[in-house]
Amino acid sequence: MHQSRADAVASGLGFFSIALGLTEIVAPRLVKRAAGMRCSEGMVRLHGVREIATGLGLLLSWKRAPWVWGRVAGDAIDVASSRRPAALVALAGVTALDITTARQLSRDEQPALPYTYHDYSDRSGFPRPAAEMRGVGRIEARLPT
Amino acid sequence: MKALCWHGKKDIRCDTVPDPQIEHPRDAIVKVSSCAICGSDLHLFNGFIPGMKRGDIVGHEFMGEVMEVGSENAKLKVGDRVVVPFTIICGECEQCRRGNFSVCERTNRNRALADKVFGHSTAGLFGYTHLTGGYAGGQAEYVRVPYADVGPVKIPAGVPDNQALFLGDIFPTGWQAAVQCDIQPEDTVAIWGAGPVGQFTIRAAVLLGARQVVAVDRVPERLSMAQAGGAIPINFEHESVIERLQDLTAGKGPDKCIDAVGLEAHVGLKHPDTIYDRAKQALMLESDRAHVLREMIYVCRPAGVLSVPGVYGGLIDKFPIGALMQKGLTVRTGQTHVNKWAQDLLRRIVEGEIDPSFVVTHNATLEDGPALYKTFRDKEDGCIKVVLTP
Repeated sequence: MHQSRADAVASGLGFFSIALGLTEIVAPRLVKRAAGMRCSEGMVRLHGVREIATGLGLLLSWKRAPWVWGRVAGDAIDVASSRRPAALVALAGVTALDITTARQLSRDEQPALPYTYHDYSDRSGFPRPAAEMRGVGRIEARLPT
Repeated sequence: MKALCWHGKKDIRCDTVPDPQIEHPRDAIVKVSSCAICGSDLHLFNGFIPGMKRGDIVGHEFMGEVMEVGSENAKLKVGDRVVVPFTIICGECEQCRRGNFSVCERTNRNRALADKVFGHSTAGLFGYTHLTGGYAGGQAEYVRVPYADVGPVKIPAGVPDNQALFLGDIFPTGWQAAVQCDIQPEDTVAIWGAGPVGQFTIRAAVLLGARQVVAVDRVPERLSMAQAGGAIPINFEHESVIERLQDLTAGKGPDKCIDAVGLEAHVGLKHPDTIYDRAKQALMLESDRAHVLREMIYVCRPAGVLSVPGVYGGLIDKFPIGALMQKGLTVRTGQTHVNKWAQDLLRRIVEGEIDPSFVVTHNATLEDGPALYKTFRDKEDGCIKVVLTP
């Protein structure tokens, strides 16, 4: 998967997370029945909060890989709490997409080099110390006195 | 020829593309000897500026040798060494005659589109979206230069590429940003963003005689270079920009504030409005992040001047128009009228007043370009300015 495509998929996953999270908060009974979840409606709402937090993290952050790995962890929880075969198949597909995207983003977002400080304190661009250059470029400074 | 081409968000590739041809008698073909990655190229890389198409050649900071000249081009001859300003200008329209080159009325060949988006078209630009003409850019081995009998600046043999190259954009951009502030000897000038344009703005403010120049950034390397150029550094991750600026000005605020950041202000927990902007950007409810503009309006001394060389592309939210109006602030902005300043700045280089090569931290080949876009974007490896040699 090329970086721009992984990035686009990550955006899509972010929006998907938010939409799913809102649905879990607004209609927990519906989600619970559709996915065959073995938990209370309150727990479904908590899943919704988790989904929205992950979605926002994905959409707002430049470093997206940790958030997609967060989705993978969430997928594991969803698989553990779901009983319906059709839901498990859908979850397996989403998990595979999450893992592929997370691996690609982890590669892309890794710094090329470890951080080392570069000292540019000798790069003034001036022929003399900066304090001596103050006002040298003013038009009136160039007029004969 | 080889050229860096845009293929989508965060996807620049070094492709083999057809060589450019003379299309108009005023054209020239320039063999690029040096080109640079500009901070505003990162807006394209990050997908914030609309109007790019897959395969577009990017880059608008370049110089080289004239290889071919159109039949009506009396200014250039084969072998001339030139810097090509990023703004394409006709030299004949009313705006060009007034010196407002960046809003040339003729060179944007997609002006109907730009008229719809901005109300009026601006000049055509190299390698910077189809909103500004869709011209092929200069991160390439060869470039077709339209209206080449007007824009290109001839460079004497004694001035090396690393000194001359920036006459095409960031040096005059920093200079214009400072000049349009009308700097007075008693002024404090605060500059947000110590990237390449910010660095030249600092030097311009010093040369133009500001009493005190302050640079705001978060990258230690940029701040050390800013300090070398005569600025007092403020690292906004370690201290409050507003409190420090008030301290430095006895509570009055800086007289002149310059935004050399533009639409991609850093997002951080210390500035909640940046998170708000990022969320709205992600939901496509806002295109640009306006933190720097808000902070400048808040902290600027009443009756002061805000100068905005930083690139903005669309719409912002929560703009403090009340403070702007009540404090009587003047706003000066715009793309750079490069040809208004280039000859004077070239003379300053030749006379040794400034050596623009101080800003170059990375020299590499065109093939290294795609990786260096990422290095520059992420401010890794001490990267402040990348120059590529095709």
